[in-house]
Amino acid sequence: MLTALYVMIGLALLLGIVLGYSALKFKVEGDPLIARIDAILPQTQCGQCGYPGCKPYATAIAKGEADINQCPPGGDAGVHALADLLGVEYKPLNAEHGEPKPKSVAVIDENVCIGCTLCIQACPVDAILGAAKHMHTVIASECTGCELCVAPCPVDCISMEPIAESPANWKWRYPVFEIKPERPVQKKSAA
Amino acid sequence: MNAIVNISRLLKDRLAKTGLSRFKGGVHPPQHKLESTTSPIRSVPVPKYLVLPLRQHVGNVSKLQVATGDHVLKGQLLAKADGQVSAAVHAPTSGVIASIGNQLIPHPSGLPDISITLESDGKDQWIERQALDYLAMSKPELLDHLREAGVVGLGGATFPSHIKLREDTRHPVRTLIINGAECEPYITCDDMLMRERADEIVRGIEIMRYLLDAEVCAIGIEDNKPEAIRAMREAVAKSEIAINVIAVPTIYPGGGAKQLIKVITGKEVPSGRLPTEIGVQCFNVATAYSVHRVVNHGEPVISRVVTVTGNVAHAGNYEAPLGISISELVQLAGGQAEDGDLIMGGPMMGFNLPAVDVPVVKATNCIIVPSAEMFPDPEPALPCIRCTRCADACPVNLQPQELYWFSKSQNLEKAREYDIFDCIECGCCTYVCPSNIPLVQYYRYAKSEIIAQDRAKEAADIARERNEFRLMRIEREKQERAQKHAQKAAGAKAETGADNAVEAAKKAAIAAAVERAKAQKAEVVAKNTEAVSPRVEAEIAKIEARRAQQPEPLRQPEQAQLFAESQEAEVTSASSQVESLQPLSKDKQPTEEAK
Repeated sequence: MLTALYVMIGLALLLGIVLGYSALKFKVEGDPLIARIDAILPQTQCGQCGYPGCKPYATAIAKGEADINQCPPGGDAGVHALADLLGVEYKPLNAEHGEPKPKSVAVIDENVCIGCTLCIQACPVDAILGAAKHMHTVIASECTGCELCVAPCPVDCISMEPIAESPANWKWRYPVFEIKPERPVQKKSAA
Repeated sequence: MNAIVNISRLLKDRLAKTGLSRFKGGVHPPQHKLESTTSPIRSVPVPKYLVLPLRQHVGNVSKLQVATGDHVLKGQLLAKADGQVSAAVHAPTSGVIASIGNQLIPHPSGLPDISITLESDGKDQWIERQALDYLAMSKPELLDHLREAGVVGLGGATFPSHIKLREDTRHPVRTLIINGAECEPYITCDDMLMRERADEIVRGIEIMRYLLDAEVCAIGIEDNKPEAIRAMREAVAKSEIAINVIAVPTIYPGGGAKQLIKVITGKEVPSGRLPTEIGVQCFNVATAYSVHRVVNHGEPVISRVVTVTGNVAHAGNYEAPLGISISELVQLAGGQAEDGDLIMGGPMMGFNLPAVDVPVVKATNCIIVPSAEMFPDPEPALPCIRCTRCADACPVNLQPQELYWFSKSQNLEKAREYDIFDCIECGCCTYVCPSNIPLVQYYRYAKSEIIAQDRAKEAADIARERNEFRLMRIEREKQERAQKHAQKAAGAKAETGADNAVEAAKKAAIAAAVERAKAQKAEVVAKNTEAVSPRVEAEIAKIEARRAQQPEPLRQPEQAQLFAESQEAEVTSASSQVESLQPLSKDKQPTEEAK
C-alpha cells in the first residue's frame, strides 16, 4: 500500500521535473497566436476594425478584447478562417465596421493635387510618392485600398477606383448550370 | 474481363516490341481528323485589318515600339519582349498602325486587352531579312534572336521558347523530344505541317539540338498519322544528325508533354517539376518550324497554320497571318458563325470564343465551327456516384472525384493538397463521367481561385512588411528628432558659455579702449591748456562757468551719463583739432541749450 503511494509520488515528482524543465527549455518567445491571426488578416491596415492596424487588431483578438467579425476587407472568408483558427463560432460581419467592398486602389487627380503631403503621412504602407509642394502619386501595386488617404486630402483629389478585371487577373467562375425544363412528362403514365 | 486482360496484354507486347512505355489512363475519343486533311495547307489573302494583342504568350505583356499612324513593313517589330519571360510581336504585313487600344481577344474571359490594329496597305512589303549563320554565333546571341523574333511554343501553351532552349548547367538536357503527337480530336495543323514541310521542321530541330547540346533527339508522332510519319522519316534520313521518328500509340492525351516524355523515355516527370529536371526538353513541331524560319530566313513569327473544321464547306488547314479575324477565316472556309459559337482549340481542351470577331493569335491552333449534331447540348449533370472512372482515366494519377468534391465545396487547401496543380485540364475525367459532371470546370475554378488567393497573400505579406517598416521608420524618426533636440539643448548651453567669454573679452577691450582714451585725454588736456591764446582761454573759462551753472534736471542719471559721454567725445575731438574747436563748440551749444 505504501509502496504504491511512494511509486505514485515518485512518478509525479519525476514528471513534474520533466515538465518544468521542458517549459523552461522549450519556451516560445512572443505570442505565436498573434502572428497566426495576423497572417489571416488582409493587411489593408485600414483601421475599420477600430484598431490602428491589422497587428493591433490581431493582438486584441488574441487577448479576447475584440470580436472576429470586425474586418470588412477580410470578408466572410476571413471570419471563417479566424473562427476555424480560434475554435469559435462563425459570426456574420459586423455592419458597424463597414461593408466588404471590391478591392480598389487610390488614384490621385494630379491636376488638382497641391502637394500638401497629408496623404503621404496617412498612408500606412508608404504607397504614396511625392514631396511638399510637388505633385503626389500612388504606387498602385503597393496600395492596399485602405482609403485612409481620402479623408485628409484638403482638395478632395483622391478617389478610390475598383481594380478592373482584365485577362491577367480574371478568374474562372464557379460552375453554375441552368436547370433545364424536364422533358414533358407523358400524361399516360400519370393516368 | 478476359477480353480486357487479353487486350492489355496485346498492348503491352506491342509496346515492349517498340520499346515504348505507356502512361496511365487516357481515353479514345472519336478522331474527326480526316475532314481537315483532305487538302493541303491553304494560304490566306492578307485582310484589310489585322488585330495584334500584346498578350499572346505566357509572361509579361510586350512593350509597344510603334505609335498610331506609323507605317510599318512586314516583319517589323511592333512590340518587344519585356523581360525574360516575354515574347515580341511583329507586323504580319506592311501597312499603317490604325489604332492602339483595348480590343476583344481570344480568351475565355471574353475581356478586351491592349492590341495593335494594323491597316494593310496591300503591298505586303517585307522588311530586310537576313538569314543567320547560327553555327558561327554564340548561343546567347542566337537565343536573343529567337526572343526578338517572338518564338513561342505553338502547341498551345505559348511559353517563350528561348527560355526552354537555354542551356541549364544544373540540368543538362540529354533528350530532345519533338512533339508531333497532336492527340486532340479535330486538330490537324501539326499533321499537315509535318506532311508538307518536314524538311524545314528538321532544320529547326537541328538548331534546337545545337542550342541544347542534346545527345538524343526523337520526334513522337501518333500512329494515326502515317503520312506525317513517312514524310518525317524521309526528311530525317537527309539530316546530318541522328533523329529518331517514333510512332507512338494513339491515345488521348498522348500529346501532353509529360505524357509523351513518359511514352518515349519511360521516365516520369515528378509532380510539380519541369521535364528538364530529368534531362528532357519537349517542343512542338510547329515551334521547330518557326525556329527554322527565324534562323534560316530571318522571318519572325507572323503567321501560323490553323485548322478550321467542323460545320464548314472547306474544312482544312490555313496558313493565317496572325491578327486576322477568326470570322474571316471561318468565312474563307465556307462557314457561318455567331458570337459564342466557335471553339478555339480542340473539343477536349478548347474554350468557347466570346465573339467571332477576335483575332488569330499564336495560340490559335484550331477553330471548330460546331453544329448541333456534332456537339449536342450536354445532359444535365447528375450527382457523383463515386464510381472513380475518372480516376482510371486520369493521365496524371490524380483522384478527380476527390478534387471535384473539394472544388465544389471550395475546400481549396485540400484541393491543393491533392495536387490539383498537376491537373493538365485534358478533360478525360469529364469525358468518362457517367454523371456528366463538367469536372474540369470545377478544377479551373479551384485553380484560379487558389492562384488569386496566393497573389492576395503575397500582396498582404508585402503590405505587412511595408507597414512594419513604416512604423519602424516613424519610431526611428521620432528618436532621431529627440536626439537632435537633446543635442541642440546641450549645444545651446555650450554656446552661451562661449558667448560669455566673448562678451567678457569685448568688455575688457572696451574698458581698455576707454582707459586709453582717458589717458590720451589727460595728456591732451594737459598739452592744450598750456599753449592757448588768451581769447581761447577766456572762451574756455566762459564755457566752464556755463557748465558750472548747468540746470539741475540734467543731473538725472541717464541724461547725466549721456552728457558725460558727449562731453567725453567733445573733448576727444577737441583734442585732435584745436582750430575747429570754436565752431564745433558754437555748433554744440544750441543743441545743448535745446536740451
